[in-house]
Amino acid sequence: MSELSVNHLLGIKYLQKADIDLIFETADHFKEVINRPIKKVPSLRDITIANIFFENSTRTKLSFELAQKRLSADVISFSAAQSSVKKGETLIDTVNNILSMKVDMVVMRHANPGAAYFLSQNVKASIINAGDGAHEHPTQGLLDSFSIRERLGEVAGKKVVIVGDILHSRVALSNIYALQMQGAEVKVCGPKTLIPKYIESLGVTVESNLRKALEWCDVANMLRVQNERMDVNYFPSTREYAQQYGVDKALLDSLNKEIVIMHPGPINRGVEITSDVADSQQSVILDQVENGVAIRMAVIYLLASKIKQ
Amino acid sequence: MLTSKEVNIILHRLACQLIENHLDFSNSVLIGIQPRGVSLAARLKTILETEYHIPPIPLGFLDITFFRDDFRRGETLEANKTQIDFLVEDKKVVFIDDVLFTGRSIRAALTAIQSFGRPSEIELLVLIDRRFSRHLPIQPDYRGRQVDVINDEKVKVCWKEKEGEDAVYLI
Repeated sequence: MSELSVNHLLGIKYLQKADIDLIFETADHFKEVINRPIKKVPSLRDITIANIFFENSTRTKLSFELAQKRLSADVISFSAAQSSVKKGETLIDTVNNILSMKVDMVVMRHANPGAAYFLSQNVKASIINAGDGAHEHPTQGLLDSFSIRERLGEVAGKKVVIVGDILHSRVALSNIYALQMQGAEVKVCGPKTLIPKYIESLGVTVESNLRKALEWCDVANMLRVQNERMDVNYFPSTREYAQQYGVDKALLDSLNKEIVIMHPGPINRGVEITSDVADSQQSVILDQVENGVAIRMAVIYLLASKIKQ
Repeated sequence: MLTSKEVNIILHRLACQLIENHLDFSNSVLIGIQPRGVSLAARLKTILETEYHIPPIPLGFLDITFFRDDFRRGETLEANKTQIDFLVEDKKVVFIDDVLFTGRSIRAALTAIQSFGRPSEIELLVLIDRRFSRHLPIQPDYRGRQVDVINDEKVKVCWKEKEGEDAVYLI
């Protein structure tokens, strides 16, 4: 297969296994490209992409912009803080105004779950979801699996535990879909208040004891505690969270095997993981960031190849 | 069009012509264009090193998919591996491909190689040169066999490593 089955990347849920394989194979090539002395290819010279971020983002936005520039696409970016959205313009109007400037593709982050899907139904452009509320963050899900594949050879058959704030996390859902599609086993671990009620219906198991979860897994993906999304207190104190669900070097060394530590960033050092864990050989956190550019190049390239002239 | 014996004779002649220009290859590198130029490049390297006792020559493979000028204009193409573990800065580069047709792949390769440095010169070696079908002003420096083929005919080059025999067919 040399083409994606979809015209938009709205969520991992809408992809097939073959799509993920194709994205990974293409990302392998782009990873080689971004390690060349000249890290740029001219494929997307005639494609214009708008990055619309209604929510704050540093790494995702930079990563998308870099991916687009490495592919030679023309890029415009804006954050909602400086836009007419503040003046009361609707989402469809905002995007259609951008599209009338001859934009071919939109990368959007939005606080509302389903915003990217809604947009794909209402405007004529290829849409990439860069995070919609607590729903999905598909490129993060892909780059996490890609990093596991890179470190451990394959994703199939691996045991992955996602630790922390599952309730507010779009990274968790995209990871669960992506990992299961590739044949990995997924467990979630965190305080009961931060585990969604019906999470088992997705086919994942729940473990409230961190040590047990770590002893079971090959990979631990440590999510950030999203204080900004918490309207009430979900755990007594940050200190208590760190004691119960934070990983430090002593805990890691006391396990009978070497597990891979991941984190989607930004890290609250000393909360989810301590500094010595984040900077250890077992951590692939910075590989995740590098792979993010390659994965996003692959997704953009493959979607752009479906935009007919 | 060509039998195994003829292919073998041509490869040896091409190897000798390369030696004529590059002597001991101390400042030269071979680049096989993906996907079909790779077997030819590897074969020539073997002949040069084993039969003509040239010291090991750097060999790289260059994929041109992301540099093509027909992105979104035709069928989707799958990329192949680029493997160039050296810089081509100030080197004499020899592009190697099986069939030269429109010249567009070579145009893409000329752009793609710039990502690896500025070569002092670039030459082109092809096994089959399809005359009269060029879209661009590109000609080979070393050619195995020149053929006149009408546009809807295809030239297929087979290699022992891949297809089980060395031969060239007109389909």
